[in-house]
Amino acid sequence: MTEVLVPFDEVVEKFDPALGLEIHVELNTNTKMFCGCPAVFGGEPNTQVCPTCLGLPGAMPVVNGKAVESAIRIGLALNCEIAEWCRFARKNYFYPDMPKNFQTSQYDEPIAFEGYLDVDVEGETFRIEIERAHMEEDTGKSSHVGGSDGRIHGADYSLVDYNRAGIPLIEIVTKPILGTGDKAPLVAKAYVSAIRDLIVALGVSDARMDQGSIRADVNLSLAPKGSGVLGTRSETKNVNSLRSVERAVRFEMARHAGILLGGGAVLQETRHFHENDGSTSSGREKSDAEDYRYFPEPDLVPVAPSREWVEELRATLPENPATKRVRLQGEWGFTDLEMRDTVGAGALDLVEQTVAAGAAPQAARKWWLTELARRANDAGVELTELSVTPAQVAAVQALVDAKTINDKLARQVFDGLLAGEGTPEEIIAARGLAVVSDEGALSAAVDKAIAENPDIADKIRDGKVAAAGALIGAVMKEMRGQADAGRVRELVLEKLA
Amino acid sequence: MSQLTRDEVAHLADLARIDLDDAELDHLAPQLNVILEAVASISGVAGDDVPPTSHPIPLTNVFRDDVVVPGLTAEQALSGAPEAEDQRFRVPRILGDEQ
Repeated sequence: MTEVLVPFDEVVEKFDPALGLEIHVELNTNTKMFCGCPAVFGGEPNTQVCPTCLGLPGAMPVVNGKAVESAIRIGLALNCEIAEWCRFARKNYFYPDMPKNFQTSQYDEPIAFEGYLDVDVEGETFRIEIERAHMEEDTGKSSHVGGSDGRIHGADYSLVDYNRAGIPLIEIVTKPILGTGDKAPLVAKAYVSAIRDLIVALGVSDARMDQGSIRADVNLSLAPKGSGVLGTRSETKNVNSLRSVERAVRFEMARHAGILLGGGAVLQETRHFHENDGSTSSGREKSDAEDYRYFPEPDLVPVAPSREWVEELRATLPENPATKRVRLQGEWGFTDLEMRDTVGAGALDLVEQTVAAGAAPQAARKWWLTELARRANDAGVELTELSVTPAQVAAVQALVDAKTINDKLARQVFDGLLAGEGTPEEIIAARGLAVVSDEGALSAAVDKAIAENPDIADKIRDGKVAAAGALIGAVMKEMRGQADAGRVRELVLEKLA
Repeated sequence: MSQLTRDEVAHLADLARIDLDDAELDHLAPQLNVILEAVASISGVAGDDVPPTSHPIPLTNVFRDDVVVPGLTAEQALSGAPEAEDQRFRVPRILGDEQ
């Protein structure tokens, strides 16, 4: 079936979008949700398993207290109520990624409910209402053998690794998000981004979307403009980057509008997102898949967090990331654009730590967003993964401030730091990078430049100070960059006064 | 107490991946109803002062410390699997032809 995709402007002119987001956060606990197997990423297949997470007969699960603590902290950070008493439930389905034939989850008694998170999009604040955040366990990982492309369709059989089965997950579910209009794709992206920031600030997950430790399911429906009703939704599963969240919403809006304007009805179904072209395709294979026959888990006792415990955990909450941004922008005197770029580059914490280590905010921003961002980009890693620390950046800037080196030499110091050549001072000594402060050598270089460029020298004598740049450049070249350009300028102007 | 219909039993059997033929459905549906009725008599005994429970012992907050304990080796884990390949459980085709 070919899809009719309606241009975005026309979609928002004729329809009101409703969003709903479900985000799964994989916790960074040491062990799984209900057993003591390691919950780390990347072990050899089926080496992090035990009778409990393999669902062997007689195995008894016990709740990981640390995971409950993380769940409560997430709930509190999302301004949720924390249940005084709640239970786990069995979600029954037959699929080999869960060896028990059910997933232990929570159903009508989530640990956290009725919260909200405010997100900013282009200066406008949207309050995203949180319906619930509940605890559950991750599934195993299947690979499909045979067929054309390793997909489940057409596969001859499948192979399952249960290392991931049982890793604690928190699922955060929004209420329908209405009134976003043409900003729907951006609101969805901003919300997922805000959740990620919150999770990072809480320190409860690796928060790596590329490794699946945060996964988003994007629900979207359209209703005729101004009708106030909710349309039939589609649910696009496992959208695994912020950009993809935005694209998935945009695509589904265009697709739904095409169906509705053509007089058709949107099918309530799950969709798969395709990174290559930003499209979605129909995903659900089984019509009975929604019939999960939840019932309370008889092998686990209820969780009843005392109010004292909840208040203790509330006291451990970090500053809200959005509030923190406003505070830091004020302290640093950044423009909105500078702040947005800093956040966008994932450099906020790095700049904050660099400033804490003594650098001026603008200098800290400059190094992280230009020189170091370029190197991270070249290496294909995140800024935080570079082997340069905020303290080192502050130390380099201190050397620039002291005129021991200039910006150009500082870049070579960063080369040395990335190559593991020691402290900035050691690198400067070993590479001979220090600015030449020997006035005699500098003076001689200036004299040489004047002698070699008589025309320019004459212009400067005639008062055209702007021409000094050419002479300064010649001196810097002569000194192989190891001069303080400001001092060179002073010397040039003195000699030609 | 409403009766479990034969169609509902067929649906449940399908969800549970239990292949029941017509004769078995005819035989089992009434039996399940008898069991449900027997269990339902509990609600006649339990008054408002007896809340429904999912666990026989009135405990809450039984938690485990977040400490790794040794589990199974891959060899042990796979020892009961009907089929294994590449240190993984091998399972039949997940999607049937008709689905």
